[in-house]
Amino acid sequence: MIALFYIAAIIAVIATVAVILQTNIVHGLLYLILSLLAVAVIFYVLGAPFAAVLEAIVYAGAIMVLFLFVIMMLNLGQHTRDQERSWLTPRGWIVPSLLAAVLLGQLVNVMSQIDHELIPAQIGVMEVSALLFGPYVLAVELASILLLAGLVAAYHLAKTK
Amino acid sequence: MIKLIVDTLLSQVRTLWLVFLKLFKKKDTVEYPDQQPYMFPRWRGRIILSRDPDGEERCVACNLCAVACPVDCIALQKGEMEDGRWYPEFFRINFSRCIMCGFCEEACPTNAIQLTPDFEMAEYIRQDMVWEKEDLLINGTGKYHDYNFYRVAGKQIEGKDKGEALNEAAPVDVRSLLP
Amino acid sequence: MSLEIGSFLSIGLILGVVIITAALLITVERRLLGFWQERLGPNRVGWFGSLQVVADMIKIFTKEDWVPPFADKFSFVIAPGIIMTVVLLSFAVIPFAPNIGVIDSNIGVLFILAMASLGAYSVMLGGLSSDNKYALLGSLRAAAQMVSYEVFMGISLLGVVALTGSFNMREIVESQADGWYIIPQFIGFVIFLIAGVAESHRLPFDIPEAEQEICAGYHTEYSGMKFGMFFVAEYIGLVLISSLITVLFFGGWLGPEFLPPILWFSIKAFAFIAFFILMRAAVPRPRYDQLMSYGWLFLLPLSLVNLLITGVIILSMQ
Ligand code: SF4
Ligand code: SF4
Repeated sequence: MIALFYIAAIIAVIATVAVILQTNIVHGLLYLILSLLAVAVIFYVLGAPFAAVLEAIVYAGAIMVLFLFVIMMLNLGQHTRDQERSWLTPRGWIVPSLLAAVLLGQLVNVMSQIDHELIPAQIGVMEVSALLFGPYVLAVELASILLLAGLVAAYHLAKTK
Repeated sequence: MIKLIVDTLLSQVRTLWLVFLKLFKKKDTVEYPDQQPYMFPRWRGRIILSRDPDGEERCVACNLCAVACPVDCIALQKGEMEDGRWYPEFFRINFSRCIMCGFCEEACPTNAIQLTPDFEMAEYIRQDMVWEKEDLLINGTGKYHDYNFYRVAGKQIEGKDKGEALNEAAPVDVRSLLP
Repeated sequence: MSLEIGSFLSIGLILGVVIITAALLITVERRLLGFWQERLGPNRVGWFGSLQVVADMIKIFTKEDWVPPFADKFSFVIAPGIIMTVVLLSFAVIPFAPNIGVIDSNIGVLFILAMASLGAYSVMLGGLSSDNKYALLGSLRAAAQMVSYEVFMGISLLGVVALTGSFNMREIVESQADGWYIIPQFIGFVIFLIAGVAESHRLPFDIPEAEQEICAGYHTEYSGMKFGMFFVAEYIGLVLISSLITVLFFGGWLGPEFLPPILWFSIKAFAFIAFFILMRAAVPRPRYDQLMSYGWLFLLPLSLVNLLITGVIILSMQ
C-alpha cells in the first residue's frame, strides 16, 4: 500500500509539472486528468474510497470533460502553441516558482512535525454521509443553495427571449 | 401531457413487440447460389448475337445498335459475302461499360442482337469483359424463332432477286409511264 | 487453483469470456438483426455462420492501420485504448456468481459510474485528434450526450442503493433474495435502461456516430485494429450494461436451484443483450436536441421524483 502511495504521488507531481510545461493544450489537459486520477488513487490508499471515487467521477469525469468540450469549440492551432511557448520564458516563471518554493518549504516543515500513521482506518460511504448530514448539515445546505443559485443563473443566461 | 407520454411509451413498446414477432416470420432472403432466383424471359442481361432459322448470322452490320448505345460500348466492322449478304467482320461488346439498357436490341432491324436473362458475368480481369463475336454468337434464334431478315427484306442476294421476298411487290418498272 | 473471488482463474475466466462474448456478438447481432428484418443475416461462413467472427477478425487484423498525417498522433493512438481499458475495468466489480468475480468492493456502483464517465474521453479525444469536421461534430455530440446521461444513470441507480443500503454489488444481489428490485424500482429500471443505451451510444441513441448524418462520427478517421477496438469496446459495453441491469434489477445470479448461479446470470444478461439488439432493429434514432430535452426535461425530474418517493417509503417503513 505504501509503495502504491508513493508511485501515485510521483505520478501526480510529474503530471502536474507536465500540465504547466505542456504547450499543446489537449495534451496538457490529459496530464491534468492523469494527475487527478493519481490523486484519486492517493485518496484510496489513505483510506477514503468514497472521496477517491468522487474525485474520479466529478473532477476527472465531469469537469474535465467540460474543459475538453470548450477546447473543442475553440479553434486552437499552431499559433496558440507558439503563444504558450513565448510565455514560458524565465522572466515569466522565476518569481512565481520562488514563491511556490517558499510555500513548499513551509508545507514540508509542518508535515515533518506531525507524526501520523500514514494509513488510517478505512472510512466508508456510511461514515462520510453520517458526518455530512449530521454535524455538517448546515455546510451541505449552504453549498447546495450556492449550487442552486448557479443553476438558476445558468438557466437565466441560456433562456432565449 | 400524461396522455402524450403514455401514448409514446405504448407506441414504443408496440413497435418492439411487432418487430420481435418477425423472428417467427418466413424470411424473404433468396439464398442465391444454392437457390436460383426465377429469371423473367425478358430480363435484360448478357447480350448475344443470334442466327436466323436457316443457321446464318442475323446481324447485317448496319451499325444501328452501335449508334443507339448510350455508352458506346459496341464496335463492329462491316464485311460482305460473295452472295451479297452483309455480315460483321468483328463484333465487340465491352461489357464493363454496358449498362444493360436494351437500346441495342430495340434498334436492331434484324433481331440479331438480344439480351438474355443471364447476369452472372463477373470476371477477375477487366480485359475478359470485352466479348468478341465468337463469344457472343449462339447457334440458335434466341427469342424470335422464325424471323429471317433476308426473306422479308428487299435486299438482293444470290438466289433471291428483287421482288421475290415475302409480301414484296414486284419492282416498279421505272421506264413505264403507268403509276 | 480454486474458483473464488479474485483468484487468477476467476479473473482469467471473466476476461476471456467477456472478450469472446463481445467478439461473438458481432455475428449474433448481425444474425438477430437479420431475423428481425425478415432476412437471414450472415450464414455462409461455417456452420450457420458461426465462423463469421473469425472471418471478420482476419479482415480487421489485416487491414491497413493508418494514422492520418494531420492527426494529433498521441491522442489519436491512445483514444481507442482508453475505452477498451475502461469497459474492461468495469467488469472488475460485477458479481457474476457467489464465487466468481474480481474484487468485492464496497464502492462497486460508484466505480462503475467513474469508469463510465472516463469512457467519455475516448470518444472525445478520438474525435478531437482526428482533425476532421465529422469527427469533431461526433465527439461534441458524444460529450454532451454522455455527460448528461451519466447524471440520470447515477440518480436512477440510487433507488436500488437506498433499498440495499450499500454500494456493494454483492450485497445488492443478496438483498434481492426475496424479490427482485425490478418491482419496487420499475421507473428506476426504465431510466437506467435508457441511460445505459445512451451511455454506450448504441442505436437508437448512436447520435455521436450517426452514419446518415455525420459519416461515422468520432471514428471517421479510424481504420484497422484501432477502429476494431472502438467496435469491440462497444460490444463489451453492451455486455456490461446488460450485466449491470441483471445485477441491479434482476437479482444477478439468483434463481431456482436447478441451474448453477453463473448460468442464471448468463441467461438474464443474454436476454438483455438480445433486447438491446431488438431496440436497435425497431426504434428510430431521435434528433440531437430531442435527445437532450428528453433527458433533461423528462428523465431528470422523473428520476429525482423516483428517488424521493423511494426515500419516503424507506423512511416510513422503518
Ligand atoms: S444494352 Fe445498352 S449499353 Fe448495352 S450494348 Fe446494348 S445499347 Fe449498349
Ligand atoms: S446487331 Fe442488329 S443493329 Fe447491330 S449491326 Fe447487327 S444488325 Fe445492325
